[in-house]
Amino acid sequence: MSRQTKIKLENVTKVFYKRGNSVTAIQNISAEIKDGEFVCLIGPSGCGKTTLLKILAGLETPSLGRYSISRDSKEKPLQSMVFQEKGVFPWLTVAENVAFGLKMQKLPRAYVKERTAYFLEKVGLAQFAKRYPKELSGGMKQRVSIARAFANDPEILLMDEPFAALDEQNKYILQEELLNIWMETKKTVLFITHSIDEALMLSDRILLMSAQPGKIAADKTIDLPRPRHVEQIRSDQNVAKQFVEIWKHLQTEVQRSRLQAT
Amino acid sequence: MEFVKRADREKSPEEIERDEWERQKAKQRLKQAMTIASPIFILLLWEMLSRTEIIDSRFFPPPTAIVAAFFNMIQTGTLFDHLSISLLRIVGGFLLGAIPGIVLGLLMGMYAPFRHFFQPLVMALMPIPTLALLPIIIIIFGIGEMSKLVTIAGSVFFPVVINTAAGVMNIEQIYVDVAKNYGAGSKDFFFQVALPGALPVMFEGIQMGQAIALLTIVAAEMMGANEGIGYLIWTSYKAFVITEMFVGLILISFFGYFFSLLLRWLQAKLLPWRENG
Repeated sequence: MSRQTKIKLENVTKVFYKRGNSVTAIQNISAEIKDGEFVCLIGPSGCGKTTLLKILAGLETPSLGRYSISRDSKEKPLQSMVFQEKGVFPWLTVAENVAFGLKMQKLPRAYVKERTAYFLEKVGLAQFAKRYPKELSGGMKQRVSIARAFANDPEILLMDEPFAALDEQNKYILQEELLNIWMETKKTVLFITHSIDEALMLSDRILLMSAQPGKIAADKTIDLPRPRHVEQIRSDQNVAKQFVEIWKHLQTEVQRSRLQAT
Repeated sequence: MEFVKRADREKSPEEIERDEWERQKAKQRLKQAMTIASPIFILLLWEMLSRTEIIDSRFFPPPTAIVAAFFNMIQTGTLFDHLSISLLRIVGGFLLGAIPGIVLGLLMGMYAPFRHFFQPLVMALMPIPTLALLPIIIIIFGIGEMSKLVTIAGSVFFPVVINTAAGVMNIEQIYVDVAKNYGAGSKDFFFQVALPGALPVMFEGIQMGQAIALLTIVAAEMMGANEGIGYLIWTSYKAFVITEMFVGLILISFFGYFFSLLLRWLQAKLLPWRENG
């Protein structure tokens, strides 16, 4: 496997400064993510996962360090993000939401229409194209968000706990759907989650973060065969072992940050 | 242990629930009947009290007399003249105030320098009733139509500006982030995010502006005009033609209601995406 490096982070540090107080959100994060890899970033809440993602999304700038995303094509947008819930514009229809990125790129109308229809079909929302988000369930809204990101055809995809607000059933269904679309497009994905199950189900690699300041504490390769299914992951002995290891790590992290806080 | 039980053993569960549903429907009908009954009741009471001179019919003429005056005024054409000039002033003044209000409000909401520059001016001028400025307005714009339009525009402008700016500023950060992440330029951001996102709150300002426009026109026409509903009310009172004064008052009530219905309809058309829409 000699795939190219797609995302490279070098000593990225972010400090937030407010009213004379400074908080180091993430410290000296260095990592490399290969082209086409699905990487999950997992860590206790408040460990700076979202900050790291926002830096890659161009919504925050690092205080120190640098990062690069390598380009295949000059025309493609660098990255697209699937936000936590509520990232879908309520005043645009489902189809208009999916087409949003393509319209911003000023692509020809016929192409936008065709691509939007394709991804609406992919996420099973074709018959909802003209509806407004108020008529959709939480799971359907996240499908819109996913379709919008994939339709945009960016160099990399960033996902910020997109399934956190969904119920268990929907979560599993959407995870499998996401893997299906991903297998087809082979995008590089950086996915944030606090669910160990979700990370084991989705990723090629898991980056474990420690809290306050956020650092990368471990780098685990998950080499389970694909396509993956919930039942199969759940019954795998190896996965159970991995789960316990990650669980223990997170436990000690949570304990440590609790001690620091007192 | 105690059980909660239903008394009617002989009824099926469907029948019990159907009876309950019918009771609820009857209650609903009663409420609707009350809504219709209340104005009829008041009018009848008024008619009776006035006819029997329990209340002074010189000041409170019976509703039937007011209706008669109304039809009489339609026939002579005076009503149409007063009405058309007032409506023209309201609509013209409303547009003259609301359009600049929307533009400035959007600019203030989107660009911090605009906001910081105009905010103190808006805040300082807002509490002054435009009617108190009428003398100055007349000095500047004369006693013609322009001064009436400006008076209405002035009172419509402020609620629209403030609500539009607030509407833009209250757009949730996540939508701004999404737009930025997907590379929206400033024109796209304006038309795809800022304007539609601000519209609901902006509409509240427009509704407020409409109500104020109606208040203002009547007062302005009482002070310096020789036509219009406000003029009609004031001169009818002075000439002691009280029935015509009441015709004026009822027309204002009607138009207030009509305009708010019109705006509500427009809102439903423009904002089909709202939760309650």
